[in-house]
Amino acid sequence: MHLHRYEKIWLWLGGAGLAIFITLLAINAFAMGMQPPSDMQMIDPQKVDQTPPFDKPGLKQIGEKEYDAYMTAFAFSYAPSVIEVPVGSKINFHVTSKDVVHGFEIPKTNINFMVVPGHVNSASMTFDKPGEYLILCNEYCGAGHHVMATKIIVK
Amino acid sequence: MLRLKTEQTNHVQVDKPSARLSLAFIIVAFASLSVGALAGMLQGMVRGGVIHLPSWINYYQILTAHGVLLGLVFTTYFIVGFLFSGMARTNGGSLTKTALRFGWTGFYTMLIGTLMAAFEIIRNNASVLYTFYAPLKAEPAFYIGSALLVVGSWLAGYGMIANYVAWKKNHKGQRSPLFAYMAIATVALWQVATTPLAIEVLFQLIPWSMGWVPTVNVILSRTLFWFFGHPLVYFWLMPAYIGWYVCVPRIIGGKIFSDALSRVAFVLLLLFSIPVGFHHQLMEPGISPAWKMIHVALTLIVVLPSLMTAFSMFATFETTGRAKGGRGLYGWFKHLPWTDVRFFAPFIGMLFFIPAGTGGIINASNQLNAVVHNTIWVTGHFHITVGAAVALTFYGIAYWLVPHLTGRTLTKKANRVAMVQIVFWSVGMFIMSTAMHYLGLQGVPRRTDYTDYMNNAEALSWIPWQRVMGFGGGLLFVSAVLLIGVLIYLGKFAPKGNEEYPIGETDGEQYTPAILERWPVWLSVLAVLIILAYAMPIMEQIQHAPPGSPPLRTW
Repeated sequence: MHLHRYEKIWLWLGGAGLAIFITLLAINAFAMGMQPPSDMQMIDPQKVDQTPPFDKPGLKQIGEKEYDAYMTAFAFSYAPSVIEVPVGSKINFHVTSKDVVHGFEIPKTNINFMVVPGHVNSASMTFDKPGEYLILCNEYCGAGHHVMATKIIVK
Repeated sequence: MLRLKTEQTNHVQVDKPSARLSLAFIIVAFASLSVGALAGMLQGMVRGGVIHLPSWINYYQILTAHGVLLGLVFTTYFIVGFLFSGMARTNGGSLTKTALRFGWTGFYTMLIGTLMAAFEIIRNNASVLYTFYAPLKAEPAFYIGSALLVVGSWLAGYGMIANYVAWKKNHKGQRSPLFAYMAIATVALWQVATTPLAIEVLFQLIPWSMGWVPTVNVILSRTLFWFFGHPLVYFWLMPAYIGWYVCVPRIIGGKIFSDALSRVAFVLLLLFSIPVGFHHQLMEPGISPAWKMIHVALTLIVVLPSLMTAFSMFATFETTGRAKGGRGLYGWFKHLPWTDVRFFAPFIGMLFFIPAGTGGIINASNQLNAVVHNTIWVTGHFHITVGAAVALTFYGIAYWLVPHLTGRTLTKKANRVAMVQIVFWSVGMFIMSTAMHYLGLQGVPRRTDYTDYMNNAEALSWIPWQRVMGFGGGLLFVSAVLLIGVLIYLGKFAPKGNEEYPIGETDGEQYTPAILERWPVWLSVLAVLIILAYAMPIMEQIQHAPPGSPPLRTW
């Protein structure tokens, strides 16, 4: 099978670029800990309201400026409805769904993950700038999907 | 002598029975496109804040219709029709009796399925989008209809395989025509890719929607869906590549760059499009980061056949341009048939594929995905892949295929209107997809009705760009109307004649390794890759299943 010389060069360059790219992604994920949200915890979606800590959704302070936020997503809102933290706080979000699949996204941040019934999903972020942060559902969940939102107030 | 042979082979006419079959598929494809395009335009207008839908129609209903009609119905019907025609064209102009029988059975099965699903969408009983993520529950008829659509396409695929086997029997020891080889690779991909979808629908969704089982394993249903969902996009792309590799060289009066490399590209596409579905589930719980990374690496290998395709295409363009008198580094560029829509449409499609492929690499990357996942960036991405690269190529094909099948010709005037149609589509798609990519980076969600999230300042700042998006959608709709008009003219009113079915040839005899055609070898490699990528995680999702979800209707 004949391979044109230029095509060989072209494919070698492309292949080498690809190898470097995949290596960087792997280093990013496994050496630097920047893994996509992949929580393995499970929960019965029909018993979320009886399962602690999701029976009482809210903030739990675990450090000087660190909070665990246990939240539930349901058609078409989140609980708790508003979260307030001081500037510089780190929030570890733990979210689960009481019904269908939802999304959990804070625009212009890296917080963006799926909330799948039967599972808890998690991600963390430090809020260094004061202001109001919009949390919105980015997975179609029914007739009121476009109003499903809440906010975080950072003071 | 050689020239004479070329002339002869390029005047093969697809015979009446085969043309009728192929045309039946093409007609349903474009009927579906016209309704789907209308739904798309309405969505753009709603999202741009230009119109409000009447109360008897729901945004998510037309969104479902748009996705199902364009993503599943238009593409599948067009592809089956096009592949059948090419199988006939490279088999002396005819399909075997078995192929025709399978073809028609497949056609009617698909049609019944499509009508069942459409009926439930119209009744607002299936506003679950074309991904139908459980535990959103549609009426059982929607799932049964979707299953019939898939099963019908299998039957059509078996018809093509029958034709291919017959050709092989009559041409012992010969290399199959490139078109037929690529069509069979596409059929193989579709058969393998739709199997997990069929399992999801038959064993999970139908029993659950009927009420025979109380709950569904949501994560398993999603994994099975994306097992299918990514190869689906290669099922769209491969027939477009057939147009690029096989038809375009003949249209511009050139030669196929390399027969063997074209086949290698298709083998790679077949192998590396399937064991990769987790890159659609990167942001999901219940799948470990290691498995996600394996799928990401396998996904990115597709860069290689894409680079090969880009090289082959431009090599053919340059060689042809130079043979026609192009001088200097770029002189050949001017000698390409820029005013011939059969070339212009797929060429613009290729240009769209450059940013589209780059965007794909971004989406498939572990970390970058967190920025764009489920934002309208993704919608922008697949509108320049399937909505531009693939769709423009299909339009370019339809402009010669329809008159060829109906015994008419693509006239100069029709060609001119078709050029205008392509320009409208390209400009509309460029505007709409640019706005979508930009908005996606701002975090604007996809698949969402008009909203400002209760007067949120950030969400309000998105609206002007959403209006730009809607404007692009308007241009696209104008283009769709032109397209349907030209196709009706070509099928019904254009002057009678012989429109060529362009099938390119290689420059002289080329050596192609026989192993490329040993399907058992490649299907075994594929099986190994699939087991490697999916066996463990799927076993785990079944053995350590999350508590199930009951059916819900939230619309």
